[in-house]
Amino acid sequence: MSGIPHDHYEPSTGGEKWLHSRLPIVGLLYDTLMIPTPKNLNWMWIWGIVLTFCLALQIITGVVLVMHYTPHVDLAFASVEHIMRNVNGGAMLRYLHMNGASLFFVAVYAHIFRGLYYGSYKAPREITWIIGMLIYLLMMGTAFMGYVLPWGQMSFWGATVITGLFGAIPFIGESIQTWLLGGPAVDNATLNRFFSLHYLLPFVIAGLVIVHIWAFHTTGNNNPTGVEVRRTSKADAEKDTLPFWPYFVIKDLFALAVILVVFFAVVGFMPNYLGHPDNYIEANPLVTPAHIVPEWYFLPFYAILRAFDGDVWVVIAANFLTGGIVDAKFFGVLAMFGAIVVMALVPWLDTSSVRSGRYRPMFKWWFWLFVVNFFVLMWVGAMPAEGIYPYIALIGSTYWFAYFLVILPLLGVLEKPLPQPDTIEEDFKAHYGKSSTNSGAPAATPAE
Amino acid sequence: MSNAEHHEGTRRDFLYYATAGAGAVATGAAVWPLVNQMNPSADVLALSSIRVDVSGVSEGSQITVKWLGKPVFIRRRTPEEIADARSVDVSDLVDPIARNANLDGAADATDENRAMDEAGEWLVQMGVCTHLGCVPLGNAGDYALDGGVGGWFCPCHGSHYDTSGRIRKGPAPENLPVPPAEFVDETTILLG
Repeated sequence: MSGIPHDHYEPSTGGEKWLHSRLPIVGLLYDTLMIPTPKNLNWMWIWGIVLTFCLALQIITGVVLVMHYTPHVDLAFASVEHIMRNVNGGAMLRYLHMNGASLFFVAVYAHIFRGLYYGSYKAPREITWIIGMLIYLLMMGTAFMGYVLPWGQMSFWGATVITGLFGAIPFIGESIQTWLLGGPAVDNATLNRFFSLHYLLPFVIAGLVIVHIWAFHTTGNNNPTGVEVRRTSKADAEKDTLPFWPYFVIKDLFALAVILVVFFAVVGFMPNYLGHPDNYIEANPLVTPAHIVPEWYFLPFYAILRAFDGDVWVVIAANFLTGGIVDAKFFGVLAMFGAIVVMALVPWLDTSSVRSGRYRPMFKWWFWLFVVNFFVLMWVGAMPAEGIYPYIALIGSTYWFAYFLVILPLLGVLEKPLPQPDTIEEDFKAHYGKSSTNSGAPAATPAE
Repeated sequence: MSNAEHHEGTRRDFLYYATAGAGAVATGAAVWPLVNQMNPSADVLALSSIRVDVSGVSEGSQITVKWLGKPVFIRRRTPEEIADARSVDVSDLVDPIARNANLDGAADATDENRAMDEAGEWLVQMGVCTHLGCVPLGNAGDYALDGGVGGWFCPCHGSHYDTSGRIRKGPAPENLPVPPAEFVDETTILLG
C-alpha cells in the first residue's frame, strides 16, 4: 500500500497461508499498522487518532441513545428528558455524545491547522486534503442535524435559520427549502428526515476515513520538515522512519489519554458549558429566542454569513452586476460556503514549493494571524449583530478570503525560504543529538 | 469497442446508445420517487385556512397566530403608527413592492397596499423575517415610534421593519409578506 520500501507480511503457519491465499486481510492490516512513519513527527500528529476515537465514540453512544429516543415533535423533547432522568446511565451517555461532538471539532480544527501550517495539503497529498474537507463538511451536516433532534428552542430555530440559507438561492431557493423541510416550516417531517440522515452520515464519514487513510498511506505521512522520506532503498527509508506500531500508536494513545482526562472533566463536571440554556426549553414555532447562536464550532462561519449586509460595497457591486440576482442574503450564503471552498482549494492556491511553515519566514506571520482571526471570528459570531461587531466580522471575513486568494498565491513568489534539511534523519539528529549514530536501530531512539 | 473507422453508425453503435439511453431513463425513473418523497406530504399540503377572532385586540396591540406552521402577526395600529407608515415615500424603501398576496405582484409598497382596511387600522403579515426566517420582535427596532410603539426588529441578524412591516435596515431583502386575508364579519379574519 505504501510507496516507501518496507517489509511486507509473510504468512508463516499453514493456517495463515490458507487464509492469505483466500483473503489477504491479515496482510492488509499488517501493512496498514506497520507503515513506515517519519520519526520526527511532533505532537500535532496525534489528532488523527483522536478523531478516529471521536467517530467511534459518537457512533457507539449514538446507537444506544437511539434505543430510547423518539423522533416526533410531540415526544422528542420529552424522550430526551426521559434519557436524562430515567434511563440507566442515560445522562452520562447523552453528555458523552453531546460533548463528544465538541471534542470532535476541537480535534478536526487542530488537525486542519496542522495541515495548513506544515503544508500537508501540497502535492502529492491533494486527494488526502480534499477527502478530509469532504469529511469535515459531512461532520458539520451531521452535527447540525444532531443538534435539531432534542427539539429545544435552539434546535428549532437553528434548523429554521440554516435551512433558510437554501431559500436564499435565486429562483429555485424556495422550492429547495420546502423540499428539505417537507413542508412550509420546520415540523415533524423535518425532524424525521434529520434523524434518518443523522444516523446515516457517520457511516459515510467512516467510509471516507478509510479512503483518507488509504490516500496518505499511499503518499506517506507529511512531517514537520515537509521533506519526503527517502525511497532510494529500504535501508535509507529506515533511517527516516519508524513503524507506526508500536512507536506512534503508543505515543498517540498517551496523547489521547491526556485529552480524555480533560474531556471527562468537562463531561463530568460541566457538561452543559458548551451548550445553550435555551435548548432546554421545548421548541416553540411562535417565539424566537432573543439571541440565536449556533454551536461554538460553527461560529466562525456564522460570523462570515452575517458579515455581508447590503451596505458593504462588494455586496452592492455584486447586486448591480448580476442585475439584482445576488442580493445581500444570497451573498452571505455564498461567502459562508465560499470560505470552505477556498480552504478546500488551497493545494492549488498556495504557490510555494516549500511545504513546511517552519522554513517560511513570512508565511509564519500570516498563518498565525489566520489562526488568531479564526478565534476572533468565533468570538464575533457569538455576539449580537449590532454596534461594532458587524465591522469586526467584515474585517475577519475579508482576511479569511485574502489569506487563501491573495496572500498564499503571492507569498510563493515574494518569500525567500530558509534552508531545509536534506533528510528527516538530519532534522531528527539536530533535535535529539548524535548519540544514536545507527538510527536504523529503533530501540535506541525515543519514539518522538 | 470503437467503430471510429465507420463514418456511418453501425448496428452496434445504435445498440450501445439505445441501451445507455434506456438505462439512464430507468435510473432516473427509479431515483425520482426517492427524491420526491421528501416533498410535502398530502396532509401537509392540504391548504389550511383558519378563522381568527380579533374582537379582543385593542388599539396598539398585536396577536400572533400559527398558520401553515408559521406565525402570523395581526396588529391593530394606533393613528400615530398609521400616519408614520403613510408618510414614507416608496422611493426610500429597500423593497418597493407591497408583497401582498391579496394584490397583484407588482403593487407598490405603500402602506395603503399593505394594510387590510382602507383606514389602515389592521395590519396582517407573516411573522417570518425574510432574511433567514426568525420571528421578529414587535414594538422594537430603529423604526419603532417614540415610546417603543410599532415597528419590528429581528434579533437574529438585526433586520429593522417599520410600522408597516417594510424592511428598512439590515440584511433582510424583502418586506414582511402579507398573507391572503379578509374580514368575514366585523371581528373575524379568515387567513388562507
